[in-house]
Amino acid sequence: MYAEWPYLTLVIWTPIIGGILVLFSGDKNPSGARKIALLFSIITFLLTLPLYTQFNTDTHLMQFVERRSWIDTFNIEYFLGIDGISMPLILLTSFTTVIVVISSWEVIQYRVSQYMAAFLIMEGFMIGTFASLDAILFYIFFEAMLIPMFLVIGIWGGANRIYATLKFFLYTFIGSVLMLVALIYMYNQTGSFAILDFHHLRLSLTEQILIFLAFLVAFAVKVPMWPVHTWLPDAHVEAPTGGSVILAAIMLKMGGYGFLRFSLPITPDASAELDWLIITMSLTAVVYIGFVALVQQDMKKLIAYSSIAHMGFVTLGFFIVFRIMAGDDAQGSILALEGGMVQMVSHGFISGAMFLCVGVMYDRMHSRQIADYGGVVNTMPKFAAFMVFFAMANAGLPGTSGFVGEFMVILASFKASFWIAFLAATTLILGAAYTLWMVKRVIFGEVANDKVKALTDINKREFLFLSILAIAVLVLGLWPDPLVEVMHPTIENLLNHITTTKL
Amino acid sequence: MTEFIHPNLLPALPEMVMLLMTCLLLVVDLFLPQEKRGFSLLLAVLTLVLTAMAVIAVAPVDSVSSFGGSFVLDQLAVTLKLAICLICILVFVYSRDYLSDHRIYKGEYYVLGLFATLGMMIMISAHSFLLIYLGLELLSLSLYAMIAFNRNSLAASESAMKYFVLGAMASGLLLYGISIFYGITGTLDINQLSEVVRVKMTQNPVPLAFALTFIVVGLSFKLGAVPFHMWLPDVYQGSPTSVTLFIGTAPKIAGFAMAIRLLVDGLGDLQADWSQMLIVLAVASMAIGNIIAIAQTNFKRMLAYSTISHVGFILLGLLAGTANGFASAMFYTITYALTAAVAFGVLIILNRKGAEAENISDLSGLNDSNPWYAALLAIAMFSMAGVPPTVGFYAKLSVLQSVVQVDLVWLAVLAVLFSVIGLFYYLRIIKVMYFDKPLPDQEITIKQALDVKILLSANSLSLLGLGIFPSALMSYCVLAFS
Repeated sequence: MYAEWPYLTLVIWTPIIGGILVLFSGDKNPSGARKIALLFSIITFLLTLPLYTQFNTDTHLMQFVERRSWIDTFNIEYFLGIDGISMPLILLTSFTTVIVVISSWEVIQYRVSQYMAAFLIMEGFMIGTFASLDAILFYIFFEAMLIPMFLVIGIWGGANRIYATLKFFLYTFIGSVLMLVALIYMYNQTGSFAILDFHHLRLSLTEQILIFLAFLVAFAVKVPMWPVHTWLPDAHVEAPTGGSVILAAIMLKMGGYGFLRFSLPITPDASAELDWLIITMSLTAVVYIGFVALVQQDMKKLIAYSSIAHMGFVTLGFFIVFRIMAGDDAQGSILALEGGMVQMVSHGFISGAMFLCVGVMYDRMHSRQIADYGGVVNTMPKFAAFMVFFAMANAGLPGTSGFVGEFMVILASFKASFWIAFLAATTLILGAAYTLWMVKRVIFGEVANDKVKALTDINKREFLFLSILAIAVLVLGLWPDPLVEVMHPTIENLLNHITTTKL
Repeated sequence: MTEFIHPNLLPALPEMVMLLMTCLLLVVDLFLPQEKRGFSLLLAVLTLVLTAMAVIAVAPVDSVSSFGGSFVLDQLAVTLKLAICLICILVFVYSRDYLSDHRIYKGEYYVLGLFATLGMMIMISAHSFLLIYLGLELLSLSLYAMIAFNRNSLAASESAMKYFVLGAMASGLLLYGISIFYGITGTLDINQLSEVVRVKMTQNPVPLAFALTFIVVGLSFKLGAVPFHMWLPDVYQGSPTSVTLFIGTAPKIAGFAMAIRLLVDGLGDLQADWSQMLIVLAVASMAIGNIIAIAQTNFKRMLAYSTISHVGFILLGLLAGTANGFASAMFYTITYALTAAVAFGVLIILNRKGAEAENISDLSGLNDSNPWYAALLAIAMFSMAGVPPTVGFYAKLSVLQSVVQVDLVWLAVLAVLFSVIGLFYYLRIIKVMYFDKPLPDQEITIKQALDVKILLSANSLSLLGLGIFPSALMSYCVLAFS
């Protein structure tokens, strides 16, 4: 019966309507704005649950499909549907938004209603991006979510926020406009903007390579991949905690999702032709950015660089398949793709949690510099437990979700080439080095100064959101099957698709 | 003795209504005391409403022509005339408080504005060189007077002078091109012209291309395409904001109509020639407009350069040379005029203590003092930048689609790259409004007249509405060229 309901429409528009309501509740009543925002984010989260419980794991076909004609002139449709790739990401989005609303409860005092509204509206746009099966609908959501994020960083950000937010917007915009031209080009061939029609479009190798590059610019900026990653540390450092969490947990996933939904199935031959490029960029991200993270003085910057390194795993997993398939190893390829997906979800939890931890400390000390801290465990024992746990997860400790994805990708890489796997595996050392060294300097040791001495431990609200995230990280780390199960048919079908030439 | 053929006056009914009402307004206004000037506005708006109703009343199913074929009323004319009436109503209402604040609240503003509108309506329906030129001059002469309307302002007089000299030159160039065409073809009628051109272009193409060049140059002058854009920033900046609001909106639609009548209806067979010229103009307009706009500190001047870049986009749709391309250019023009109306509309009701708000820094901290107006202007800025879900995105999408369709992918790539450059200065406006603190000791005051607030809000929200549901307007544009 659920399949009959316009479920995805509800999930997309509930937060947007909620956001508009919050916006009109005005600045005079901040506590009311918070409550409405929390209410709508929880309703949205509950609404997304049936997407999981009613999900049919036996098929790779799109589910919960809604299809109506929208703009007849160009055959643009209001075409929604989810499969095993997009469903987990939608759940991640609605889950993270609840956490963000709770985490901003007392922290944000300036223009509360606008802040909360921005996050709710952004949630709707992000879910819309994952659920769209029409390329223009996808593009509209993909671009529209930049507006609230631009405002969030620009209004509630740190000292250098204007530089950071302009850089963020311009970088992502320049990437996506080229994709728009590619989409229009394909529309002129097929007469439809439906992404599934693009999947079956025959293209010559030159066309494929050009389209692939257009997509690459769009998604590489979003992921972000080395060398177009430079906006991310700036944006993360200046963004308020909530903005950093959404940026790291969801927005970066748009890039990975785009590779799976657009690049691989639409231009498989070009992807196979240029996989060396992506693999090189990914390994550079893993190794070089890992070293860069090691020398950071600013905690948020360190986590931002670690995000780039971890997202390198995602793109590595997606594009290593062509090397694995050279040995006709379908199981290995599926392992690589699923590893990338698990890594995306897990990174959503862990990086979000890490940013929240930094936020908790920043709220008390108003500093993100590692040098200003030391011996926090003495004054904030409960917090220190959480921080150490998440740091371990970030370093890929077995039993946490951070381990599963990385392990799957490294294992799969061995089937392609020893040296690729070797370089990828250096992350286990580098990740441990930069994360744990930061934890050592911040959490452990003697109490560094009077400010640290005066710290108070986390309150109930902070305990709540950190423990929810900790449970998520543990569950996914110990029992990733439910996640892998839902994506398996889709990934199998995707692999079929990308190994069939379109020339 | 030739028999006098009585022309069918019905297609020209809207123009006649407008002319009569404008004359009435001219007379009535003479006897109104200053404090009852609001009645003139009422009468002007009534004129536009009646004209729009007349347009709807006489709207033909297909297309009718009258006055020996020199006046047509087709789907294109109906849609564009309605758009112009609507936009002029907005312009007149937005201007009221500005005019009274600057002690130029006179009935002549409306009389001149209505005459200019009449000129635009004639341009839209004109189907002979002569009538196009007459309409254009009626528009231009009214605009010269409107710019110099505030005769105490040096800047306004200067820009009126500039506009007059350059505008006269452009008219001269256009007229020169027309006269060569007349010499070659022996007709002023657009329909006959296209037939003769079809024959002549195989026999003797060089003089045709020569004449075409002058027509294109004249058109570019009027539209403000690079390299014939020099007048535009000075005129936008120097004119009273109420007049900039007028110049920056409705005449773009009339200019588009003129381009369609001349290039498509009349010289469609020379499309291979004028497409090449328009490519150069379009690329130069997008490049110069977007890049120079970055350096501006004056909001009106920035919008002038932004207009130049948007003209480049409109030309892109035209040069595709397909019905699809013309329809998308038409959609772009109408929605751009609506967007510009919001941008100037917000600017016009902003007042810093003592001085008129026209610098970008005057918008500092607008979100703190007036979040609603800041949001309205932000929507307009995002729409100009082409960020979804505003209508500007859809307008750009449809133009790009028509360009890609005729295999000019490189041009589409250039266009989107320039629009990224353009995004920067639109974002700067958002930044100033949302991220900067208000200037010290200068409160922003906004005249909160209810009618202005309602119209401006509706105008700005329509940019969102049209962005989400563009189908209806787009189908009218497609119909105009089917």
